[in-house]
Amino acid sequence: MKSAEAQHVFRALADPTRRAIFEELVRKGERTVHALTANAGVSQPAVSKHLTVLKRAKLVGNRREGRENHYCARPEALAPAAAWMKDFGAFWNERFDRLEAVLEGMEK
Amino acid sequence: MSTQTEGTRSVVIERVFAHPPERLWRALTEKPLIAQWLMNNDYEPVAGRRFQFRADPMPQWDGVIECEVLIVEPMRQLSYRWAALGLDSVVLWTLTATEGGTHVRMEHSGFRNDQQAAYQGATYGWQRFIGALERVAGGVA
Repeated sequence: MKSAEAQHVFRALADPTRRAIFEELVRKGERTVHALTANAGVSQPAVSKHLTVLKRAKLVGNRREGRENHYCARPEALAPAAAWMKDFGAFWNERFDRLEAVLEGMEK
Repeated sequence: MSTQTEGTRSVVIERVFAHPPERLWRALTEKPLIAQWLMNNDYEPVAGRRFQFRADPMPQWDGVIECEVLIVEPMRQLSYRWAALGLDSVVLWTLTATEGGTHVRMEHSGFRNDQQAAYQGATYGWQRFIGALERVAGGVA
């Protein structure tokens, strides 16, 4: 278990509402908070809060145009999380090696 | 080795150890021994018991993995829920005595689909989500 970045991404995406927001941005491209709220079962402040978390994890970017913030997905930020998933295999393999050492050291 | 099937991802590790199942069982179920090869823990081999693994804390993570004992079948099978960072999964250990040793199979899988999402756009559980977005992102990893 490594990569603080991956943890950040996982934490951001642990919430189903945030995942859905991210998904919508990936599928539909740039969206305003208003447009995102129209699809959400939650209030606009809640959507904004979720966007802040996604932004911190670098999963979304934004640009201001007039009074509105336009958000877009940055799916490349998923890379560390995807790598972390793949790392699960390496994690357990390494633990198996340690287990072997522990077994050797145990009293017969 | 890792495998991927519809809706779930799992990691399977299999290895034959030149030690009897009794010794494997102890290493898998006794707190101080588990701590030596896996992580600090307050494990108790009692089905239904909640416990924690504690990894080193990181900037974005306190290092705590919330677990619950699911199966305790001495010398044969051991399973626990493993939840951390939004990943809800299951670890299943299966021991089989072989000539002069023990075949150990560990499967870490079953990343649970999410509870009903509040947001109407949600179509993926955790595992499908990552898989689907990897494709969208054009093979990021």
